[in-house]
Amino acid sequence: MMSNVTLSVNLCNIPLANPTILASGILGTTRELLKRVAENGAGAVTIKSISTEPREGHKNPTVITFEAGMLNAVGYSNPGVDAAAREFTKLQDINAPVIASVIGTRKEDFSRVVEGLSEAKFSAIEIPLSCPHTPGFGLLAGQGTPDATFAITSEVRRVTKLPIFVKLSPNIPEICTIAKAAEDAGANAITAVNSMGPGMIINIDAQKPILSFKVGGVTGDALRPIAVRCVYDLYKAIKIPIIGVGGISTGRHAIEMMMAGASAIGIGSGVYYRGIEVFKLVCGEMTQWMHENGFNNIHDIVGIAHG
Amino acid sequence: MVEQPTMVKICDILEESPGVKTFFFQNNLPFVPGQFIMVWIPTLDEKPFTISYIQKDIAAISVLKRGEFTHALHKKRTGDLMGIRGPYGRGFDLQTGLNPCIVGGGIGMASLATVIDSLPDVTIVQGARSASEIIYQKRFPMMKLCTDDGSIGFKGTTVDLLKELLKTQTFDKVYTCGPERMMYKVVELCKNHEIDCAVSLDRYMKCGFGVCGQCDCSGQRVCIEGPVFTSAELSRMEDFGKITILKTGERAILYKH
Repeated sequence: MMSNVTLSVNLCNIPLANPTILASGILGTTRELLKRVAENGAGAVTIKSISTEPREGHKNPTVITFEAGMLNAVGYSNPGVDAAAREFTKLQDINAPVIASVIGTRKEDFSRVVEGLSEAKFSAIEIPLSCPHTPGFGLLAGQGTPDATFAITSEVRRVTKLPIFVKLSPNIPEICTIAKAAEDAGANAITAVNSMGPGMIINIDAQKPILSFKVGGVTGDALRPIAVRCVYDLYKAIKIPIIGVGGISTGRHAIEMMMAGASAIGIGSGVYYRGIEVFKLVCGEMTQWMHENGFNNIHDIVGIAHG
Repeated sequence: MVEQPTMVKICDILEESPGVKTFFFQNNLPFVPGQFIMVWIPTLDEKPFTISYIQKDIAAISVLKRGEFTHALHKKRTGDLMGIRGPYGRGFDLQTGLNPCIVGGGIGMASLATVIDSLPDVTIVQGARSASEIIYQKRFPMMKLCTDDGSIGFKGTTVDLLKELLKTQTFDKVYTCGPERMMYKVVELCKNHEIDCAVSLDRYMKCGFGVCGQCDCSGQRVCIEGPVFTSAELSRMEDFGKITILKTGERAILYKH
């Protein structure tokens, strides 16, 4: 009955069976988990961000939730580029394109990690320049400015032919200026957005912030309207495609994000709300909504909230 | 539901052995044996602990003094607060009417204690390095003990003792928790005797609710699909008994770290 509806998208010449992408930082620690997420219907999957050296990240608690979302300060724990290159092999056995997320403090760190992962069959490189809670990285390293974004994106462009996705913060009012800097430096897509904040939750009985880093990035439902607005603004400002991320856990959320202008959508905290099956569930709900509303092709809803 | 610690008052402390203390707290949450909670000491850290006592309105964790966090916990007194969130994970599937054997190594005994409380007529094997590390002796006086140095009970490992027992009797199911190398050998031994096992795994954990990917074991999230796995499931998990994942996310050979 719903066989006419197609969810497949072409994102920077990467064919995706559907527009749902596992967002970086959720479940992307091992090849086996990526495989499982792909088996649960994700159109593409993103690994947890990799730096040049191993990092233990912040102490626990690192991830908690609240009434309207999640608060995390994991602190970019990752095994470093050498161990990551050993972990993420045989990616062709994963039933979805795999995106490498690469972080660094200096711009040369980014290119070193990209080169270190070049043997693996990644389909794209994502560079988050927007983490709000890890000293030395993202916003806390001043990477959320047009100049830094241009410089880092250019450096990554120099060392890879793979599509580059630049992941931006929702915190910055001039998000479109930063996106244009990324576009000018050769980025192929913008991932919008990273977590917002940072925020803080205090346990009043302990009289202390819960996260060990005290503050953390806010994601989930609370982030969604802000992410949708960012994507809406970006759609008017840039020519390259947008991957909309922020609080998507249902098919209706995904369609909303695509109507704002996203060509594909990321799912992160949705794994908490609905389990690892969230990708399958979202696709089923999108298909049903499209069927009921006379849409056959997912392309036809991208940006239709404009005008 | 919100995944945040709730501060609970420690209402009693029991010294189980020179290295192990049990901390009791008021609790109304429904726990299944084998499930765990994340225990928070504000500004210090948060770690997973299995529930070792389930009584009406009261639960407890048994804690081996091992690192900075457990040293800090051992300094807590009755009336002090600690944060807890959970319960998390899939506990033991308790089948009554069977003839089960419990095999606990070291502090692994803590996650089996509530299984023993829930099942009638169980055979219990507890192993430790020496007599001073044996716990719950008064709680389960019928335990069969073994120690590496022979200072109490059978001299040898739990696997050796289980092998001895299987010469004269059989079991329908084995519940085990302890060092992973021990559990791996228990599962291998039971495979030869066609006995199903339920095995509680331990991995470094962060979120506890299945999103961070830290506690992966061959694509299974130990915090949510586990910590208890069956022999059949473990036979598809190549990392079991071999590989763990460090705080950094790097794979490591078990027991080198």
